[in-house]
Amino acid sequence: MSVMIKSAPEAAPEAATDDRPTVLETRGLTKAFGGLVAVNNASLLFRERQTHAIIGPNGAGKSTFVHLLTGHLSPSGGQVLFMGADITHQPAHKVARLGIGRSYQKTNVFPSFTCFENCRLAAQSRLSTSMRFLRPAKAYRETNDLADWALDLCGLKLRRDRIAASMSYGEQRQLEIGMVLATGPKVLVLDEPLAGMGKEESEMMVGLLKELGTRFPLILIEHDMDAVFSLAEVLTVMVNGTVIESGPVEAIRASQAVQDAYLGDGAEAY
Amino acid sequence: MDFWFSLIQILNGVQYGLLLFLVASGLTLIFGIMGIINLAHGSFYMLGAYLAYWLAAKTGSLTMAVALSLPIAALVGYVIESLLVRTLYRRDHLDQVLLTYGLILIFNESQRMLWGSDVHGVQVPALLDWSIRLNETLSYPVYRLAVSGVCAVLAVGMWVVIQRTRFGMWVRAGASNREMVAALGIDVKLLFGVVFAAGAALAGLSGAIAAPMNSVYPGMGESVLIICFVVVVIGGVGSIKGAFLGALLIGLADTFGKVFVPDFASFTVYAVMAAVLLWKPRGLFA
Amino acid sequence: MTDRLPRPLALLLLALLAVLVLYPLFGPMLFPEKHTFLLQKLTGIMILAILAMSLDLLVGVAGLVSLGHAAFFGLGGYMLAILSPQYDAANIWVVLPLALLAVAGAAALVGFLSIRTSGIYFIMVTLAFGQMGFYLFNDTKLAGGSDGAYIMVKPAVEIAGYALVKLGSKQSFYYVVLGLFVGVYFFFRMLLASPFGRVVRAIGVNENRVRGLGFNPALYKLVAFTIGGTVAGLSGFLAATQYGFVNPSMLSWHHSGEALVMVILGGMGTLFGPVLGAFVFELARLGFESMTEHWLALMGAMVIAIVLLLPKGLAGLLLQVFGDPEPKAEEEE
Repeated sequence: MSVMIKSAPEAAPEAATDDRPTVLETRGLTKAFGGLVAVNNASLLFRERQTHAIIGPNGAGKSTFVHLLTGHLSPSGGQVLFMGADITHQPAHKVARLGIGRSYQKTNVFPSFTCFENCRLAAQSRLSTSMRFLRPAKAYRETNDLADWALDLCGLKLRRDRIAASMSYGEQRQLEIGMVLATGPKVLVLDEPLAGMGKEESEMMVGLLKELGTRFPLILIEHDMDAVFSLAEVLTVMVNGTVIESGPVEAIRASQAVQDAYLGDGAEAY
Repeated sequence: MDFWFSLIQILNGVQYGLLLFLVASGLTLIFGIMGIINLAHGSFYMLGAYLAYWLAAKTGSLTMAVALSLPIAALVGYVIESLLVRTLYRRDHLDQVLLTYGLILIFNESQRMLWGSDVHGVQVPALLDWSIRLNETLSYPVYRLAVSGVCAVLAVGMWVVIQRTRFGMWVRAGASNREMVAALGIDVKLLFGVVFAAGAALAGLSGAIAAPMNSVYPGMGESVLIICFVVVVIGGVGSIKGAFLGALLIGLADTFGKVFVPDFASFTVYAVMAAVLLWKPRGLFA
Repeated sequence: MTDRLPRPLALLLLALLAVLVLYPLFGPMLFPEKHTFLLQKLTGIMILAILAMSLDLLVGVAGLVSLGHAAFFGLGGYMLAILSPQYDAANIWVVLPLALLAVAGAAALVGFLSIRTSGIYFIMVTLAFGQMGFYLFNDTKLAGGSDGAYIMVKPAVEIAGYALVKLGSKQSFYYVVLGLFVGVYFFFRMLLASPFGRVVRAIGVNENRVRGLGFNPALYKLVAFTIGGTVAGLSGFLAATQYGFVNPSMLSWHHSGEALVMVILGGMGTLFGPVLGAFVFELARLGFESMTEHWLALMGAMVIAIVLLLPKGLAGLLLQVFGDPEPKAEEEE
């Protein structure tokens, strides 16, 4: 397999045609576990109000990349820049506070909390600190408003007081995103938001993601090619830890390297 | 401090460390392979010690008593594993802590019913009941050397079994990755039963051979248990190598602590543990 | 899990509380011979219920399974013994804050070291630190060594020389403990409903997710551990006041184990459950003790039976009977 490494350290290919400001950037980002290089020298740009999908076969290093981006893992080399500031070795909770909101591949809501309580907890991260012991959490108006706003946006307004565990899988995935929204993020990093969903649930989620794409820069890890092509403006393809292509969706779709390496077996329809 | 005195302390520390290793290795393997935190492990040590005391009095021979207490401890371990511990594999640590805590209460009370609350001494066998003279004032009891020897032989034996046999391969596979055991098509029930029984047997044997040095008394199992927890935490849960080094470290720290800071002797081992945890929160070899 | 209990359950608990409030009035009529004994027993149980609630904050809420909690209980008691003048009454306004401060400091230190670890390490490490505390008082001459120490005169609760209550009076002390017991319960309820409590509750379910939302779990766990330890210290202080005596076994890991059993027996994470657990556990002990001298074996069997038959504790049972308003937390990976 001839893989062409096109990730130049400075600028991604679409830089010339896109003048929206850069929100998040990685420079030569690398993570090695012992001898295994999970992410190799990845340099990517993520822009304001742009939906950027990262695709690649299982084990391509996408999830590791997300962990590096959000501080859940510390990289072995390279940098992560958020609004121009170096956040490379910041711990996950600080990264989240800076405004990089992240959802998880596996549903990670708090099952015994109601929808609202889940979002309210997330919204508490907007308080300067949650080391507040006296007043009940429900008495913080701004937190409540933010939680309700997030519930509304993720389409769970009518499920407000349902216990998370009693909801359908698709609704729990929505709530997962609602929680990210409630943290008041500046950029959304969504790790396989469509994983495990039925057709109807998927369509609903794609609609939600489209809506979010108009408000936030969206970084999307996804396997569902239909969804990716209907949502993303920019596409990055990773194989074996390496970014083999990154650019506007149309260009990537035409790329021979990508066809060979990835799209060839998984997405004949394209 | 003069040479012979230091030598005695080092020998004592190593001897204590080796003994701790025999108990702690079972504890660490039972957790590493079976995922069980077994508070009742020290009770097998106590069981061994009381069996040695009781059987030595009955048979007149400590060797015989030790030889008998080993299979008895193994059997008791096997029965407890198959009756109670087996129900805990899918439960969380909290349930394991509680159930094995309940077992301790039953063990302790059974001990009181069978043998009373007195402290008993156990006679060193005549063959080993002499000392090596070091200088005018100091001598070293041969029995302690023999205990060190037995422990060392057992430690080497354990190493051979774990490194060189098929069963040992299972054990290693289980300790490094518990899911792997089932995937390899190993008879998990058998493996767990044997590991638990072997751990119980080693603890029982340690208690039996230590009995002539330390005497037997109610609650003795728990003091050993807690020191062994310290050993396991220092070494890294599931690591035999860690348990070995941890045991020697604690053996020496305890012995020298008693010499240098007698008022805070019991403290030294915990201070060592705190230091190791500050440095490596998951132990030396996790 | 919301902060509300189902109404019938709340009423039942209130009724039980009313029994406690009224007991000193009807006790002498019902149990003319055993009244004083029962009054003291109930006082002791309420003190242990405070201990159980404080452990529930760690085990049931924050997911921190501590097996060294009694160390803080014992330390609270020892602080009273150490700070009390030999033949005089200590001033409660001085000794109580000092004792709690000392316990809080110890809990923060132990917490700082232990919270770096998790799961089984946390269990073992707290056990080891607990034993360290035990040996501190057992092996050194700090306060009577293994024999323990007496508090000859109970602390004085005075304002401007006027005695508010006499702790020496068994009935007054009963009401003081009852008041603190109820106060601690509502203190924890307040805590659990606060932003802090919500974060800690979430950490107990899924620590990593809480981190991803922007909270530093280590910090919240440390504060929870310190608060739990300090309240345990309060309960130890009360125990020392009641018995006028402290000894190292207050700190022993058996005592930690018993507190843990109370929490589990009652139903962890529910706060009222561990309180019930303390009552049932102590009354069972009383019953077993009167049956056989080998009552510890029966306690052991009871503990094993609880683990096997009642994994959600009495509270789980009650919430089921009285209609839990919401399903319980599901098992997390």
